[in-house]
Amino acid sequence: MTETTTATEATAGAPRKKMEISSTDVAIEITKMNKWYGDFHVLKDIDLRVMRGERIVICGPSGSGKSTMIRCINRLEEHQQGSIVVDGIELTDDLKKIDEIRREVGMVFQHFNLFPHLTILENCTLAPIWVRKMPRKEAEDIAMHYLERVKIPEQAKKYPGQLSGGQQQRVAIARSLCMNPKIMLFDEPTSALDPEMIKEVLDVMVGLAEEGMTMLCVTHEMGFARQVANRVIFMDQGQIVEQNEPEPFFSNPQHERTKLFLSQILHH
Amino acid sequence: MTDMTDLSYVRTTDAQAKPAPVSTSGIVGWMRRNLFSSIPNTILTLIGVWLAYSIFAPIINFAFINAVWTGDNRDACLAQNVGREVGACWPYVEAYFPQFIYGRYPVEERYRVDIVYLLFALLIVPMLIPTVPGKRINALLLLVAFPIISFILLVGGYFGLPVVETSQWGGLLVTLVIAITGITVSLPIGILLALGRRSDMPIVRLLSVIFIEFWRGVPLITVLFMASVMLPLFLPEGVTFDKLMRVLIGVTLFSSAYMAEVVRGGLQAIPSGQYEGAQALGLRFWQMMRLIILPQALKLVIPGIVGTFIGLFKDTTLVLIVGMFDLLGQVQSSFTDPTWSSPSQSHTGYLFAAVIFWIFCFGMSRYSLFMEKKLHTGHKR
Ligand SMILES: Nc1ncnc2c1ncn2[C@@H]1O[C@H](COP(=O)(O)OP(=O)(O)O)[C@@H](O)[C@H]1O
Ligand SMILES: [Mg+2]
Repeated sequence: MTETTTATEATAGAPRKKMEISSTDVAIEITKMNKWYGDFHVLKDIDLRVMRGERIVICGPSGSGKSTMIRCINRLEEHQQGSIVVDGIELTDDLKKIDEIRREVGMVFQHFNLFPHLTILENCTLAPIWVRKMPRKEAEDIAMHYLERVKIPEQAKKYPGQLSGGQQQRVAIARSLCMNPKIMLFDEPTSALDPEMIKEVLDVMVGLAEEGMTMLCVTHEMGFARQVANRVIFMDQGQIVEQNEPEPFFSNPQHERTKLFLSQILHH
Repeated sequence: MTDMTDLSYVRTTDAQAKPAPVSTSGIVGWMRRNLFSSIPNTILTLIGVWLAYSIFAPIINFAFINAVWTGDNRDACLAQNVGREVGACWPYVEAYFPQFIYGRYPVEERYRVDIVYLLFALLIVPMLIPTVPGKRINALLLLVAFPIISFILLVGGYFGLPVVETSQWGGLLVTLVIAITGITVSLPIGILLALGRRSDMPIVRLLSVIFIEFWRGVPLITVLFMASVMLPLFLPEGVTFDKLMRVLIGVTLFSSAYMAEVVRGGLQAIPSGQYEGAQALGLRFWQMMRLIILPQALKLVIPGIVGTFIGLFKDTTLVLIVGMFDLLGQVQSSFTDPTWSSPSQSHTGYLFAAVIFWIFCFGMSRYSLFMEKKLHTGHKR
């Protein structure tokens, strides 16, 4: 953990761009949301409002429901009570609305979830072509643009299996960006990576944040949280226990459970 | 690290590569390593050679060395006339060849079968070679146009073509019609059944399970008997339903149940992350299945799919018991002809049928290996 923290601080040295956060424009509004797996109450009365342009880091012990919460936002998981409104659309069983929301929300997974039978370029053009009905040529141009942005245009013709973990995760980010999403969800994007590859992925995410992307990141990269987050959320046992701006969150955590958790991840 | 000057000697050029010792390279080296590396290995090699010799020598003797190649009737293939031991009686196969290929299809109409064979070859070969362009049109022609044209040509009744009853069809024609229809129809049905069996909808799942387990629970012979003998009893008076058609439906549904289980095996091997990745990008269910899940799942089970195809191809011989003559049936029925009756007639006929079946099945098997290699994109995770 420590060496990667210093790695991201290297980029933090550059003067921070002003990151615009809207005060009126709500990107995600979660109200009194509850979810059960069978009898197991995973998410308890979650309330969360994310403004457009906000960058939120979510942390908490394993099994606390972080993944489940962000997966509810694009309906990879179904919530049973309360409401989730994304980009002004309420998530219900209506498949049209689910499709609409998934088009606007990109997601990056811990294990990349690239499609191994398609080339990098095809991975990136698939959704624009089939979901956005974009002409192939245009989709390829956009894909190359984002592959350049994540610094791997030369790998476009290769298959995911031929790339390193860090490269694959950057492709996964590019693949999401090709759909031109308004919101990006990250579920532990660097946890499956070897230490020397974490920085290259975080750098891409920092770049995204600086451009004003609305982001929800489940991550334990505290250097990243300090550098880009406007808010850090701590979850435990299916609840949001504490949330604050990064500085006070790290220097002066209020809750016992937060203190315990921070002491564990910062000094192990 | 130590300073360079501390070292007494630094090699500045690469060492020349030396040829491997003779005893490990070349044919002799290969044999030593693979066939005679130890005493047990040597014994196994010798047993293998002896087995191969005792199996293949008689076959080669029969099929080539002792074979009779020309003649007009049984006299050419009798030992007392030839004056030596007689192997295969090839003139008999030559005389019966048209029957083996067309059955009792009227001689003057056989050109129609030839056109169908030719069309099939012209369409399937470019379809199977990956580098040939225009796969979409090719597939459309093969899966839509070809069946319609074949039906019109083979059955007749349109464009002034005389009708040829399917009871007159036989030989390789029947084998291929059943096998190819079964193969092309059972794959999509099997895929749908496999998806149904994994569906979230309980009714769909239940129906798929019942269907699959029903067809897997009954022997194909029973299915064929039901199709040809029992089914007409249940149909209303006066409704006739071509026997070949009934057999085709039976065989197809039977193999789609097996196909479904093979495909389900492939679907189970796809990690849930693939579904999630596709859904998160906004792909609809059928897009996700067609573009992401099925290509990977089917690729994984190519050996199983082709195994089912090969099983189906060989099972077509069972139609003999409902009075239809596939290639093997046609060969067997020719044994009753006194013109060619000789001690080696049936051996020759069976050998011929075996070779034809083997060529088709071996071809499918090799092609599946080729596709497996071709589709491998080097992802091991
Ligand atoms: N599909 C599922 N079925 C049942 N329980 C689940 C399922 N997915 C997650 N859980 C449980 O829900 C809890 C929260 O999981 P998760 O959201 O993955 O936690 P986190 O991402 O914070 O580690 C865990 O206790 C986990 O065991
Ligand atoms: Mg998780």
